[in-house]
Amino acid sequence: MTLLECKHLSKRYGKHNALSDINLSIDSGHIIGLLGPNGSGKTTLIKLICGLLTPTEGEIYVNESPVGIASKKAISYLPDHSYLNDWMRVRDIIDYFEDFYEDFESIRAYDMLAKLHINPSDKLKTMSKGTKEKVQLILVMSRRADLYILDEPIAGVDPAARDYILETILTNYDENASILISTHLISDVENILDEVIFLQNGVIRMHTSVDEIREKEQKSVDALFREVFRC
Amino acid sequence: MPWNLDSDRPIFLQIIEKIQTDIVAGIYHPGDKLPSVRELAQAAAVNPNTMQKALSELERTGLVYSQRTSGRFITEDTKMIQKLKSELAREVITEFLEHMQKLGFEKQEAIELMEQTIRGETK
Repeated sequence: MTLLECKHLSKRYGKHNALSDINLSIDSGHIIGLLGPNGSGKTTLIKLICGLLTPTEGEIYVNESPVGIASKKAISYLPDHSYLNDWMRVRDIIDYFEDFYEDFESIRAYDMLAKLHINPSDKLKTMSKGTKEKVQLILVMSRRADLYILDEPIAGVDPAARDYILETILTNYDENASILISTHLISDVENILDEVIFLQNGVIRMHTSVDEIREKEQKSVDALFREVFRC
Repeated sequence: MPWNLDSDRPIFLQIIEKIQTDIVAGIYHPGDKLPSVRELAQAAAVNPNTMQKALSELERTGLVYSQRTSGRFITEDTKMIQKLKSELAREVITEFLEHMQKLGFEKQEAIELMEQTIRGETK
């Protein structure tokens, strides 16, 4: 089933074309990497899908309906910066999410916190950048959503925690959900991706499977990325 | 511990090779039940769809068979496993000989060197 569809999607900021004529279709049950150099339009695309920006042209459908209340229920979104209040304790934020989202499962959140040795009574203010990122990712992955959109989920965490986070992503998503991950740390994630989208200057340069890239180019997605986007 | 996978070859092929090796090496015995796709994907730290693809391919070759509700099992055909073992061994040997050739050793020299190595002699 088509989970997400973008048709002739464009976004302009003044005279600047952030995205031009994006056509994209994502089925359920996939983990997709959204890859591209800085300023290629990844976050703009994500914000459009999440309904945080309105398209200049084109349409977006989530579960075959336009972006709106229903699509926001279906999407669990991890933004590229923190929006949580620093003075709150993790426990309070969990209560907050529990109230906010019907599909939020506190048990899973507490379980993941314990595995990463994060004390639910700690305030965000007292945490390192990486720990805060872990908390946010846990919150996002504790929902039972149809589509998880993770904007740079592992940028600030150490390699060991990165492995745990990827494991968490694999364990917690069910076969009917899809995950869209935007990241620069390609080599860390490419084994868990089945598809990759290369974005360049606001257009889709490539949309294919990881194994197809390896088969055709005989190189990793990371190596291909470095070649395609060589500065 | 994720499986040791190369970054420049298709992942599903490497999964197939790894499971074949495990079967030949007796880590999985004939008739053993394989873990679920999800469990294997987690163990290997790969996408479940990729794992699924690899298992389907193993099924196609007959090395693994699936029983509608109870999961996937290793074939009980020990002849097939024996054949696979010989095939894999031949691949390793061919690769070894190619390497040796690159280093400038003819087949006969390679064999002699190998015998010496086994006996623990150094030149």
